[in-house]
Amino acid sequence: MLSCARRVAIFGGTHGNEMSGVMLVNLWVQNNTEVQRKGVEVQPFITNPKAVEKCTRYVDTDLNRAFTPENLSTLGGGDLPYEVRRAQEINRMFGPKGSPEAYDVIFDLHNTTSNMGCTLLLESSKDHFNLQMMNYIQKSIFPASCLVLLNEHPLLKYSTSRSVAKHPVGLEVGPQPQGVLRSNIFESMRDILKHALDFIELFNAGMEFPPCTVEVFRLSERIDYPRDDNGNIIAMVHPNLQDCDWEPLNPGDPMFQTFDGKTIHYQGSGTVYPTFINEAAYYEKQQAFATTRRESLVASAIRKA
Amino acid sequence: MKLHESQGGTHPQGQIGFSRVAICGGTHGNELSGVYLVREMQKAERKAKERGNDMEVITVLSNPRAVQRGLRYIDTDLNRCFTHAMLSGSNTNDAPYEIIRSRELNALLGPKGSRDAVDLVCDLHNTTANMGLCLISYSDSDWLCLHVFRHLQRQMPDVPTRFIHFNATNKESYSLDSVGKHGFALEAGPQPHGVMRSNIYTTMKMGVEHVLDWVCLFNSGFVFEGGSVDVYTVVRNIDYPRDRDTHNITAAVHPQLQDRDFCLLYPEDPLFLTLSGETLRYKGKEPLYPFFINECAYYEKGIAVSLARKRRVAIPAIRVQTEQEQQAKKDECTSEEEEE
Repeated sequence: MLSCARRVAIFGGTHGNEMSGVMLVNLWVQNNTEVQRKGVEVQPFITNPKAVEKCTRYVDTDLNRAFTPENLSTLGGGDLPYEVRRAQEINRMFGPKGSPEAYDVIFDLHNTTSNMGCTLLLESSKDHFNLQMMNYIQKSIFPASCLVLLNEHPLLKYSTSRSVAKHPVGLEVGPQPQGVLRSNIFESMRDILKHALDFIELFNAGMEFPPCTVEVFRLSERIDYPRDDNGNIIAMVHPNLQDCDWEPLNPGDPMFQTFDGKTIHYQGSGTVYPTFINEAAYYEKQQAFATTRRESLVASAIRKA
Repeated sequence: MKLHESQGGTHPQGQIGFSRVAICGGTHGNELSGVYLVREMQKAERKAKERGNDMEVITVLSNPRAVQRGLRYIDTDLNRCFTHAMLSGSNTNDAPYEIIRSRELNALLGPKGSRDAVDLVCDLHNTTANMGLCLISYSDSDWLCLHVFRHLQRQMPDVPTRFIHFNATNKESYSLDSVGKHGFALEAGPQPHGVMRSNIYTTMKMGVEHVLDWVCLFNSGFVFEGGSVDVYTVVRNIDYPRDRDTHNITAAVHPQLQDRDFCLLYPEDPLFLTLSGETLRYKGKEPLYPFFINECAYYEKGIAVSLARKRRVAIPAIRVQTEQEQQAKKDECTSEEEEE
């Protein structure tokens, strides 16, 4: 059990065109009053400054996929892609990943063009500290909502920048176009972080958090756009599915619409909850949306050791 | 040709027919409606669909390299590369890609200002702003464009459709649509760049179909009655508040202004909300119509919102020139040349 969450980082600009995180972290680097909490060292940090400067997702390769064991250990110096070198640097500063010296908690701030609202990204169903934090955040912002997306899928999970920490927490807020700063989206993210840091302060002060149930959406499958033999997209997300993140998608429901107006239906075996519907950055990753299944996880009681 | 200021009902003006119309997509490579619509039209062309009326529809993917990389542009904004100065001159080794491309497009669709230029350029764009469908033109007296606009409005009553006039009397036109004898941009939003929303695609597709239908009707001799339309003429732009040293923006478009394109902005209405929670207000004296509110690509151009005046513009009845009128015009031109 975590003895104390003493070292916390807030990552912004992991994708250089996701503006809420860029603005928040720049603000807090200049003036960190808002993120100060008793007994915690909170470091706001821009992870991909070159991409931020160019207002692009990445320069050579996606930083948020770059923290693989191979990348973190490889030699090659200046020949390596910018983001691989950056991943190694971040691993030195905030890790090493998997070691006792790694930061306790890292919040990684993201935006999406999908209508996902506020989403917390969880990497392990056994991370009771994170589950308790997420439960605390949900209760604190009620009636506003914040859903939990769990990606523990052996094939679909990936090596994120936040994975360097013992307790990685992703924050995904949308819908917001890339390169655009929307005030409401920015303030939502700010508010969630405030509660997250409050939780850490309470935990460090010795508060006990009793067992709780947290509803999560477990990532199940990636669905690509229909494509022709040359790989070109031949249909769009159907108007009935567009913007309906987290709403049930049943077998037979409209899923895609071809350019001449024909409907392609969802052919799965049961009801799923789609998310990341029509995310701009996922066109190149062959993903129109992801399916999830609802699950209840029980978080054990936690208390600072 | 003299232009009559009166409303419809009087003798319709004869205008030269459209024999060549260009539909351009991907002028900005991440504005996807136009990219995919042009691709689909090119596929359909291969199946040899004809519209008749001796009209040639040319479909163009304006900036293929930017499209391939999913970027607005490679070196420089293509839609600013069509001034006469930029179109002339020879290509050097280090010329920006878009300058080379603008000259290729000028050769294909122009030359700008010449008799060989296509009759109409319709350039397809998307915006992250909540603007519905907009027809954007440099002129508020090109009766053909205004009639096309009115036709779109009437054929698509469920889509908010507006005419935006950029008053460029002092500045030379620089965009792709200025290459044709007539031209306008069709702008559809809101859509994030790099995303294709089916409803926006459908709007764009219907818009282009109605434009081409109108041209066919016009070429066939149909008389379009006069009337009047609302025109939004751009007055000024407002930039984000910025940090003096870093030039980074220090406030976001205010939540009460966000998405409220074409809702009248009054003096003292909220404009921006700073990161420290302060509201910055519109200090102009005149209520104006805001649009391009929070358009992603305009951050680097220093525009948070554009402001326009709205006014009613009368449009005359028009129809295509008859053969007699065309011959009379030719004779007129010939005798003028002889006089010179």
